[in-house]
Amino acid sequence: MDRQRVKFTFENELVKEPVIYRLGQDFHIVTNIRRANVREKIGWVVLELDGEKEEIERGLQWVSSTGVRVDPVGGDVIEG
Amino acid sequence: MPYVSGLKCRECRREYPAEALNVCDFCFGPLEVEYDYNTISEVISADRISQGPLSIWRYQDLLPASGENPVDIMAGFTPLLKAPNLGKRLGLNNLYIKNDSVNPSFSFKDRVVSVAATKAVEFGFETLACASTGNLACSVAAHAARAGIKSVVFIPSDLERGKVIGAAIYGPTMVAVDGTYDEVNRLCSEVGDNYPWAFVNINMRAYYAEGSKTLGYEVAEQLGWRLPEHVVVPSASGAMFTKIWKGFNEMACLGLLDGVDAMSFGADQNTVHHPAVITRMHMAQAEGCSPIVTAWKEGQTHVRPVRPNSIAKSLAIGNPADGIYALRVIDRSTGSGNIVPESDVVEGIQLLAETEGIFTETAGGVVISALRQLAWSGAIKPDELTVAYITGNGLKTQEAVEGVVNPLMVRPTLSSFEEALSERTAIGR
Repeated sequence: MDRQRVKFTFENELVKEPVIYRLGQDFHIVTNIRRANVREKIGWVVLELDGEKEEIERGLQWVSSTGVRVDPVGGDVIEG
Repeated sequence: MPYVSGLKCRECRREYPAEALNVCDFCFGPLEVEYDYNTISEVISADRISQGPLSIWRYQDLLPASGENPVDIMAGFTPLLKAPNLGKRLGLNNLYIKNDSVNPSFSFKDRVVSVAATKAVEFGFETLACASTGNLACSVAAHAARAGIKSVVFIPSDLERGKVIGAAIYGPTMVAVDGTYDEVNRLCSEVGDNYPWAFVNINMRAYYAEGSKTLGYEVAEQLGWRLPEHVVVPSASGAMFTKIWKGFNEMACLGLLDGVDAMSFGADQNTVHHPAVITRMHMAQAEGCSPIVTAWKEGQTHVRPVRPNSIAKSLAIGNPADGIYALRVIDRSTGSGNIVPESDVVEGIQLLAETEGIFTETAGGVVISALRQLAWSGAIKPDELTVAYITGNGLKTQEAVEGVVNPLMVRPTLSSFEEALSERTAIGR
């Protein structure tokens, strides 16, 4: 089992999509929302994902393919 | 002994012991260092600071690591220069340059890494690590060498040769990652979670970021224990921007500024604002990566991540961890956000070099071009005391200004020289 902390950023119409619900339904991943802020045209959710490493990878690839941005929870770690 | 009382989540306010922690376990918010300011106020004074070493460790009472045996390559206490020539070009009579490009590894990163490395050694880590596009890698490798511990630096595989050599010379394990920016970022974040290393900007981040406060302390001290009316600061993650502001307010609250009464820090140490701190904080970002300034201009409270595409690579953080806190500092200080067109970055570098003899990297070009925007728009008045922060050395980004090389080509005779000189004079160069 693996655990990852990620941040999803939704823009425009994606705000209305049940992405997190489908991530939990279509993949063997347990999602646990810790912090979020959703507005009319943009939203972000910080959440923890539990599951097999490969399944989390597959799930995150699917999330990215929907247009939702996936980032590490603490922001970029590459600095100048 | 550092006067640290613990760590506190900036979002949910949960408290943690002062350990190598990354984010709040509950809400995943960032952790900040909390200080015992009551005790600090009993020991600190302008005199005590003045008698300290000529490095950031003169402010050890306000840093989260012990100053008794710091990992110190003499970061900080860099020159604050009056800039009359640049000031004349911009219409500013009271302009100063904080030249942090002359730190030991040639960028302000030595301040933050010195604190992180000292804390890492205190915690017993044997490896110092980072993910970097240049300046941070150089500083981490240099400080690890000084501390006698190992270092691992992750860099994008297409990084410029000068920066690669600038870090490699100190003997780190260098990992060149082949992938997109986001992929490299994800990998490094995962490595940080899985290896028992002190990643300066991951599990050491709370301590590391505090090193930037010294950029605020030094300017105040060098100005005679007073604050400027304006500062222009480059921003990537937004952390340095917020910490300079914090540094100014700490000095005011502790009564270290000339003619300013001390004040309680209140319940939230990280958002305290002493009314005597009237410095307006102006942020500078390049057009190719300006997520914080864009959010400020749009009146957003959320910073929308972007994919960086800028020649100012040391500012190219598309998903800035401290973006929302930096936005609040702009507003609280009645400052501004300034986007510099990519084409103006090199102009800014040249303008500073030709007027004040300081060769800065692309981030400095962003600052000088933003300063010019602020001066010419009237946002900074001619007599207002202004400090522009120059945080990195131009020798690291020489490829950005290769076009300036245009020598007179002559044969080894006086006549050839005079002919070439007259031709050059005729075309005004």
